[in-house]
Amino acid sequence: MILSDSDLQAVWLTLRLAGVVTLILLLLGTPIAWWLARTRGWWKGPVGAVVALPLVLPPSVLGFYLLLAMGPEGPFGHFTQALGLGLLPFTFWGLVVASAFYSLPFMVQPLQAAFESIGDRPLEAAATLRASPLDAFFTVAVPLALPGFLTAGILTFAHTVGEFGVVLMIGGNLPGVTRVASVQIYDHVEALEYAEAHHLAGAMLIFSFLVLLGLYAWRPNPRG
Amino acid sequence: MEEIRARFRLDWPGFALDVDQVFPGRGVTALFGQSGSGKTTLLRCVAGLERAAGGHLSVCGEIWQDHRHWLPTHRRPLGYVFQEANLFPHLNVLGNLRYGMKRSASAQQKSMDQAIELLGISHLLERKPDRLSGGERQRVGIARALAVAPKILLMDEPLAALDLKRKQEILPYLERLHRELDIPVFYVSHAMEEVVRLADHLVLLEEGRAIASGGLSEMLARLDLPTAHSDDAGVVIEAEIALHDRDYALTRLDFAGRSLWVGKLDQPEGTRVRARVLARDVSIALELPRGTSIANILEASIVEISDEGPDRVNVLMDAGQNLLSRITRRSRDMLGLKPGMKVCAQVKSVALTR
Repeated sequence: MILSDSDLQAVWLTLRLAGVVTLILLLLGTPIAWWLARTRGWWKGPVGAVVALPLVLPPSVLGFYLLLAMGPEGPFGHFTQALGLGLLPFTFWGLVVASAFYSLPFMVQPLQAAFESIGDRPLEAAATLRASPLDAFFTVAVPLALPGFLTAGILTFAHTVGEFGVVLMIGGNLPGVTRVASVQIYDHVEALEYAEAHHLAGAMLIFSFLVLLGLYAWRPNPRG
Repeated sequence: MEEIRARFRLDWPGFALDVDQVFPGRGVTALFGQSGSGKTTLLRCVAGLERAAGGHLSVCGEIWQDHRHWLPTHRRPLGYVFQEANLFPHLNVLGNLRYGMKRSASAQQKSMDQAIELLGISHLLERKPDRLSGGERQRVGIARALAVAPKILLMDEPLAALDLKRKQEILPYLERLHRELDIPVFYVSHAMEEVVRLADHLVLLEEGRAIASGGLSEMLARLDLPTAHSDDAGVVIEAEIALHDRDYALTRLDFAGRSLWVGKLDQPEGTRVRARVLARDVSIALELPRGTSIANILEASIVEISDEGPDRVNVLMDAGQNLLSRITRRSRDMLGLKPGMKVCAQVKSVALTR
């Protein structure tokens, strides 16, 4: 086996983090994307901009503010302490929250584009066929936006796998808790263990390429 | 309460709808007008797809909208046919038909089976919409609307997106619908040839207002309406097939003690048919002409004459049913035509519409 136990631990932690973040964002990002795609209110602009912020902000900036917010003096820190959850920085769930913010646009934007491309007309048809708005959402909008869901899910997962800066700010470097693959590679390089760094980095490279290949080469066709 | 009362007022940038109208609760009502006249918007208000604040709508005694109530579209017992079918692309034809049927309290398997039979789509049930022709898609769209067993059928220019050949393919199904359905139908159209084939009532819309409404034949005979100014102004005559002349391959239609000869029809004697007679195909003589090849000459009396541009006039006659003729102003003066005069109307051509 080329990868050491600590490498495998980091890989497993990375996949777990990306999986949890993707699931959470699927639940949170879908209503946001739906609202952004359907609203004509003036809130659309500001909300869209906030969602897109992680695309342009340096991860360290985002990580810094999240660290403050989740810290003992931050509003979110007060909240988690009041709930008896303690403080989130340097825990797995702290990483989850930070990654969810960081990957939000990768979930929301493809979904928003998919919902917008459906347009009003299929939903109007559903309404004239007795489907309530919620019913129409699940039986018409979701099936028609399926390629968008797939794109959004894969991009979110892959982007979370690849993050580094936010993880370092929020999670630090605790083996098995917050030390994800990208941080592990960094550690290898710091320790001049280039061979080990090669193995893990190579594995990440192949993984990323395969994911993107799947995304670009294969598109499901909801029209069958 | 077999009627539909609608009052809608909408004020959009560049367009206003202002309609306050009672529609008959049976038969086919054509909402006719140019594009931008508000006919589709009116239909969408009836369906609840647009919401005109402060509007009122009651359909055969049920209130769908007033100052307190607003019934959302999915709770209205209607069927809606979109201009471009608007089928769900992820479902096959059967899935599309079942979508509404499953959700409609009034629908049963029977209503869906009837819709499939009525539109002749039983061989298409397994296909996806993108494997259908435009005409087939529209037939499925109509069947899908009927499968919910609606109390009113709303059709938004169901033929407008189709070419002439596809139109001819669908029109017989629409006529069949008209014969076999006993629910009111609103039919939005800007094509007079569809209206004269399908409609019983006509509502004329112009710039968001209903400028006139009434039975089809009386509306077509009104000289003050835009319909009388168009090139294909004309009336419809409701007649009965009296006899077939197999020798000459002709059929005689009788109405009000008069008859018209037309090319031989297939329907049996006694069938009620509707014939369209264009104003430009009717000329006027003072006496019964002799030695003419025109077979259809009807005794008529002049009811009204109105100028139609600098050179022509429209003449409305009573020939048992209304008859319109468009002649030159010069002819009118040379013949000295006046209301009340007895004349002979020569009909050059008759188009059977159904």
